[in-house]
Amino acid sequence: MAGSTQDIIVLAQAEAGDALQQGEVVAAPAEEHAAESGGEHAAADAHGATETHAGTEAHSEVFPPFDGATFGGQLLWLAITFGALYLLMSRVALPRIGGILETRRTRIEGDLREAERLRQETEKAAAAYEAALAEARKNAHAIAEETRGGIKADIEGRRADVEAGLARRVAEAEGRIRADKDAALANVGSIAAETAQVLVARIAGSVSAAEAKAAVAAVSKE
Amino acid sequence: MADPNKVDPIHQFQITDIVSLGEGGVSFTNSALFMVLTVGAIALYLIMSTQKRSLVPNRVQLVSEMLYEFVAKMVTDSAGKAGMKFFPFVFSLFMFVLVANMFGMIPFFFTVTSHIIITFALAMLVFLVVIVYGFIKNGPKFLKLFVPSGVPGYVLPIVVPIEVVSFLSRPISLSVRLFANILAGHITLKVFAGFIVTLGGLGFMGWLGALLPLVMTVAITALEFLVAALQAYVFAVLTSMYINDAIHPSH
Repeated sequence: MAGSTQDIIVLAQAEAGDALQQGEVVAAPAEEHAAESGGEHAAADAHGATETHAGTEAHSEVFPPFDGATFGGQLLWLAITFGALYLLMSRVALPRIGGILETRRTRIEGDLREAERLRQETEKAAAAYEAALAEARKNAHAIAEETRGGIKADIEGRRADVEAGLARRVAEAEGRIRADKDAALANVGSIAAETAQVLVARIAGSVSAAEAKAAVAAVSKE
Repeated sequence: MADPNKVDPIHQFQITDIVSLGEGGVSFTNSALFMVLTVGAIALYLIMSTQKRSLVPNRVQLVSEMLYEFVAKMVTDSAGKAGMKFFPFVFSLFMFVLVANMFGMIPFFFTVTSHIIITFALAMLVFLVVIVYGFIKNGPKFLKLFVPSGVPGYVLPIVVPIEVVSFLSRPISLSVRLFANILAGHITLKVFAGFIVTLGGLGFMGWLGALLPLVMTVAITALEFLVAALQAYVFAVLTSMYINDAIHPSH
């Protein structure tokens, strides 16, 4: 318990001291202050030599970030390390990362261009195919049309031939029938006369052919 | 740290010699060690992770690429394509501040950026790069930076001094912003952590009482990680914007 109350006191002291110091630093120029604090611990004239000692041992005297004694060393090491960092970044790391990104970008762009080119080629091929298909369809249609026309004409011709042949034969047949009919009709009188002659001969004795004929003619006129 | 019963929030900023290289103040200090570690870690990671130059990156390489593209975008957004000349510079600054801040979050590690001289040196470097490049590229026209276009002539006597002062205060604001954020964060963290130790020594009630600073410490640790990353980003973005002024001085 005693130790911890002491802690609080020490803490409070440290804070108070800190506040006091900050006030001092603002009030006094840093250089002067550093020399002053160095003077408390070592010979004040040996400024350069006391700087590091002031920094290492007497930290409660000077707020470390405002301890001018450490500035030179820090600046030197900052110059060395930051210079090295800049060189490493600008010569090695950044060109390499930039190169990686550039390579990837060109690769992606190249791939995209290639894809675009292939797509256009495909479209062209598809268009050509479509055109060829349309052409073929048109040709097929034309051929079909032509064939149909040819067949139709052929059928028409043959039908006409057949019809003409039929008509001729009908006409011939009709002519023959008419001739036969005429002939038959022409024979009707003589047949009737002969029949009449025979009938008359059977019934009433002989009759001359001329008489029979005259009689038939007389009857058929009636 | 030397005396575990003594809570000293300032001790963590103490610069101590590791190897003394003579009397001239060039000793290898803890600050120098962590600068070397910071640079070593950055260089080692970026170079090792990109060793294979994979077209399809693995996780380690992807982190390097993302860092590269993040800073590259920051630079081109602020300063355009011409700003890419300063890309290695901005990238080095960003990585240095980021990794130094992050190293500072590891217990017992020294925080390089908690010293005003470091942040001020970096800010002055930016400031000088802007001035030197601005005059090399634009000649006297670089001074048009202080004369905003479209401002009537009678206002200029007021505006130009304001512009000059704001320009000259840039290295101060740039360095103090980073320094103060890191310093204050680390002190706060240490003070709250110290409360836990102190209260913990008071027995059971102390243990109960220590819960509050414990919660605070955890919360502030998270906040400090955010601040560490954010301040690196802010430093790099402001650098990009200042470089933009050097490239295109007319507003």
